Amino acid sequence: MTASSNTTAPNPAPPTHLGWFVGIPTAAVVWWFAYSHLTDWADWVVATLGLRRETHLGEAVHFFAYDAPKVLLLLLGIVFVMGVVQTFFAPERTRALLSGKRLGIGNFLAALLGIVTPFCSCSAVPLFIGFLSAGVPLGVTFSFLISAPMINEVALALLFGLFGWKVAALYLVTGLSIAIAAGLVIGKLKMERYLQDWVRDIHMGDAALPTGTTLTWNDRFAAGLRHVREIVGKVWPYVLIGIAVGAGIHGYVPEELMAKLLGKDAPWWALPAAVAMGVPMYTNAAGIIPVVEALITKGAALGTTLAFMMSVIALSLPEMLILRNVLKLPLIATFAGVVAMGILFVGYLFNVLLN
Amino acid sequence: MEIKVLGTGCANCKNTVQLIESVANALGVSVQLEKVESLPEIMRYGVMSTPGVVIDGKVVHAGSVPTRAQVESWLRPES
Repeated sequence: MTASSNTTAPNPAPPTHLGWFVGIPTAAVVWWFAYSHLTDWADWVVATLGLRRETHLGEAVHFFAYDAPKVLLLLLGIVFVMGVVQTFFAPERTRALLSGKRLGIGNFLAALLGIVTPFCSCSAVPLFIGFLSAGVPLGVTFSFLISAPMINEVALALLFGLFGWKVAALYLVTGLSIAIAAGLVIGKLKMERYLQDWVRDIHMGDAALPTGTTLTWNDRFAAGLRHVREIVGKVWPYVLIGIAVGAGIHGYVPEELMAKLLGKDAPWWALPAAVAMGVPMYTNAAGIIPVVEALITKGAALGTTLAFMMSVIALSLPEMLILRNVLKLPLIATFAGVVAMGILFVGYLFNVLLN
Repeated sequence: MEIKVLGTGCANCKNTVQLIESVANALGVSVQLEKVESLPEIMRYGVMSTPGVVIDGKVVHAGSVPTRAQVESWLRPES
């Protein structure tokens, strides 16, 4: 789940209009230059260390020297852009956009808004109640709640960097589809009676935020920068560790082993097993995806590993426990079941499409 | 001045309380600070994203730890 855009760090004076006007294009040029010279950089590192690509160590070092800056650059770029985009979508605004929307269109809209609306995980329950009490249908609310963690900007940046745009696009589209379909199913099942009683009785005040507060572009860019400090500041060690582990696997692990355990010739139950293993794990995409990349270069099937990643981030046990405050068991079970089915379907689909 | 911080108890909510306290001390403004953790209570203010800040019954902020400048603008006596 994305953290809301905020920070407690003492804020240095935010750049002025002119500062942004000069700063953003300059940063973009530097970013582009660095991004387009990654191979040269990795070659240079390997050569400077006196290594050769043909050796295990040389190959591992090259993997790390190429991937680490690439992923960090993408993270910086995508997280900044997301931080700016999120300033346009306060939860109160999202609720207003969704209230009164029918199933179908509402689910589609909710899944899209789930990607760009900021909220931290401790707001999941208030958000849930707020949506329902404003007349957003249960199924539409679920589409939002599923897409928000499932489609995650850090995961998107990593997939784009390590696997290319096709895999990133497939992740985006299938994630949206799962959120929409799961919301539709839950809506059709008419499960409103499985809300906890106090939730149904609650009467919520009007969205009280003074909507008159208009942000300037300065404010929005500053929010983007805060978002970068907060997210990238938190995940970069995991990314580096993940890439280091990945580099080790890439350089040293024999291919036959991986192909047998996770490859396309693995038994059919490898995929459900991977999804089930993902649920109790509570880690972030930042550490897992680089490892996944290395596994895949060694012959693991993409669908199996991506399904594992999706179940780690969308079906986490801690989040279920939070939702237990507002939902009765049958509804939680349905939610988990429907999302798990969606992930399984996506996993098999990836395996078929990309092998 | 009566200030309520709405939040279920995550780190951001605690940081918000601390920030308001320290700004109030720095400005020498006396405030009555209360932390509201009960969900029904929070929902009554119409706040969905925590932490939220309510001053004299009016919601002035929701969804993030406010910046120091924001807090100062709330607490500074009108002059």
